[in-house]
Amino acid sequence: MTDAATRPADAATTAPVLDVRGLSVRFRMRGERYVRAVTDAHFTLEAGQRLALVGESGCGKSVLASALLGLLPENAETAGSALLGDGTDLLAADERTLARTVRGRKVGLVPQSPAAHLTPVRTIRSQLEETVRELLRTPRAAVRKAAEEAAGRASFPADHLDRYPHELSGGLAQRAATALALIGDAPLLLADEPTTGLDRDLVEHTVDELARHTGSSRALLMITHDLAAAERIADRIAVMYAGRIVEICDAEDFFGARGPRHPYARGLLNALPEREFAAIPGMPPELGALPEGCAFAARCGRASEACRVQPPFADLLACHHPVSDRPAADPADPAEALEAEHA
Amino acid sequence: MLEVDAITAGYERHKPVVRGVSLTVRPGESVGLLGPSGCGKSTLARVAALLHRPDAGRVVVDGTAAAGWRHRAPRAQRTAFGVVFQQPRLSADPRLTLSALIAEPLRANGRADEVPEKVRESAARVGLGDELLGRRPHEVSDGQLQRACVARALILEPRWLVCDEMTAMLDASTTAALVRVVEDYRADTGAGLLAVGHDKALLTRWCDRTVHWSELEA
Repeated sequence: MTDAATRPADAATTAPVLDVRGLSVRFRMRGERYVRAVTDAHFTLEAGQRLALVGESGCGKSVLASALLGLLPENAETAGSALLGDGTDLLAADERTLARTVRGRKVGLVPQSPAAHLTPVRTIRSQLEETVRELLRTPRAAVRKAAEEAAGRASFPADHLDRYPHELSGGLAQRAATALALIGDAPLLLADEPTTGLDRDLVEHTVDELARHTGSSRALLMITHDLAAAERIADRIAVMYAGRIVEICDAEDFFGARGPRHPYARGLLNALPEREFAAIPGMPPELGALPEGCAFAARCGRASEACRVQPPFADLLACHHPVSDRPAADPADPAEALEAEHA
Repeated sequence: MLEVDAITAGYERHKPVVRGVSLTVRPGESVGLLGPSGCGKSTLARVAALLHRPDAGRVVVDGTAAAGWRHRAPRAQRTAFGVVFQQPRLSADPRLTLSALIAEPLRANGRADEVPEKVRESAARVGLGDELLGRRPHEVSDGQLQRACVARALILEPRWLVCDEMTAMLDASTTAALVRVVEDYRADTGAGLLAVGHDKALLTRWCDRTVHWSELEA
């Protein structure tokens, strides 16, 4: 079977695999109300890049993923564009185009809840075989073997192929879904919370596999709330808050000595048990009732009068009072101290 | 003391997923139980919280052996436990508002007259305001719903808390906030905690001690 590493380098083209410009999604509700789930998102993904979009539940990150797959509900209104490398605009494409040429072929989805994604009344083998037949046009005699190989690529155990989704643990269901996503060999992999509910070893295995499958010719957009998984896989981190991308940053800087510049991103990082384990006070605002200015201001220790005005997203950051570029003033790394304590 | 003694449990005949496992949590102690997915740790947590009848072994709650499981457990034993599960969506009745959800244990125990006061108290603990309390599960985020589930678990002031992957669905900040809620409750009441999970960094930071599943299996 073809593998990311052995495929010819079709990444020579200059257009990014995904170019998202000014993407906004709002849901029309009763009584002329709108829920602004995503506002003015900008980012690009080159072949070989792995971008993790992080943020707390309800911040709009999964809606962004749905928009890229054309899976938004009827009452959604979108603006902006999301261009694939070949010029297809995911926001403008009609359902027929999306269904026949995009989903599974140009964009592979590793879904958030595999238990709901898999067809409950059919075995994993039957679902893999169907996908192999549809996407690869594999001759009938070779389908069984191709499906088994597809399962193997995602480390799905061969002796579980004849099971139904409800007979699988969460981890195995996730692998089955990953196996399905990889079959079409799409240039863009979109993973929506692929590691939720998996234990640490499986998280690492899953993201390592995703990284391997991304290789140098594909791009990966991983949506996650798991910062440890993001750190392991991503080369860039985009932080989303209340529907806006507030910072995009190299993963090394984000997790390293420099740290993120946006106070929300800092707070999120400091909430990790390996760090200060301190929650950001308060809760995020409702997407249906966003404040006028910066949506984080109410929870932010650095907020001032200036924050009544929405900060523009410039230089990959949207903040009036970013944390300056200096090493974190934290001499003893609590994670190391903890390690030592329990060694 | 919460003693789980030589428990064998499972869901099919002759196919136990837990074999002869013993574990003790002292009053006021917090124990983190670590193990990979599918190892049986959630089953053990359910047995410990009297929610699943084991095939063999016994559970001793504060000196009294468990006399029954689920609805057959005596009320005093049943209400000694507060349980929080991994997936708030699956453990919340979608027809109830968050405030009705939090009040359920009181109503189920014939204490409906205490609902207004206790719900206010418990909701305040987890940081849910009046506006959110009037909503139904589909109108709130996972994090907000899990806050309600924690409030529900605390409303009867249990002596024992069992948290099964309570924060696996949540972001770092909500995780830290809910662990703080549980720890503040324990500091106020002296309740003991069994936290089941796979996140070593989290459980080591959270609990007095952690045990790995592999150390427990007989």
